[in-house]
Amino acid sequence: MDNILNQIGIENYIFLSVVLFCIGIFGVLYRRNAIIVFMSIEIMLNAVNLLFVAFSTYHQDAQGQVFVFFSMAVAAAEVAVGLAILVSIFRNLGSISIDNLKNLKG
Amino acid sequence: MIHIPDLAHATTVQVIFCFLAFITIATAFMTIFSRNPIHSAIYLVICFFSIAGHYLLLNAQFLAIVHIIVYSGAIMILFLFTIMLMNLNERHQVHRPRITRLGAIVSFCLILIVLIAIFINSKPIVGGYDSTGEDFQSIKVLGKILLNEYMVPFEFASILLLVAMIGTVLLSKKEKLK
Repeated sequence: MDNILNQIGIENYIFLSVVLFCIGIFGVLYRRNAIIVFMSIEIMLNAVNLLFVAFSTYHQDAQGQVFVFFSMAVAAAEVAVGLAILVSIFRNLGSISIDNLKNLKG
Repeated sequence: MIHIPDLAHATTVQVIFCFLAFITIATAFMTIFSRNPIHSAIYLVICFFSIAGHYLLLNAQFLAIVHIIVYSGAIMILFLFTIMLMNLNERHQVHRPRITRLGAIVSFCLILIVLIAIFINSKPIVGGYDSTGEDFQSIKVLGKILLNEYMVPFEFASILLLVAMIGTVLLSKKEKLK
């Protein structure tokens, strides 16, 4: 296996990432269950990470992969805090439909 | 232009790539369309595993393992626990009005077309690819870069995780009723 990008091509990875990112946007717009919205955000983050790794291989530079590590750390923190907020919303309102979240007053 | 390899002369790597890409996109769609949130979470796990397969295909082994541990392990367990804590039933599922769904589909198609058109036109700028055979993504090299050049962001990541942990505990603590 000499090189992967010679056989596949960087543009196919770009198109795959674009499609995944658009699926994430579609999920945010289409569903109103807040957990599914969170999952769509995760899909978008993963599309960007995949593109980072593809270009890290393309430029033969490890810094893209290091950036992906930090992005994963931020994603883990974001999911933990977001799900805690969702649990407290569910406790107060009884549902997690994002259409019910209309007022800022607690 | 989009270069589609003909299936008769496709190499093994191309076949694996097409298969993984199909699994990734199909399970991402199933995540959004399935009614039950637990089914969505399980489809998302399959999607993350196929993305780890893409990382392995790009020869980034350490990143693939970390991706499986962090995403398919930690984050999905967190999702599943939250779904089970909330005890969501089918009766909680109220659908959006049809005009909103139509708008979502139209905007999805428009964004997809615009982005793909942009990247098709930027293909000549990207240029060819030549490998130097240099080792740049083994664990040894990654560890050296992470602890030399990126030392300060690495430490800040630990502070970020600590703050996130404290915030999560504070948020999910039950408030006393007055």
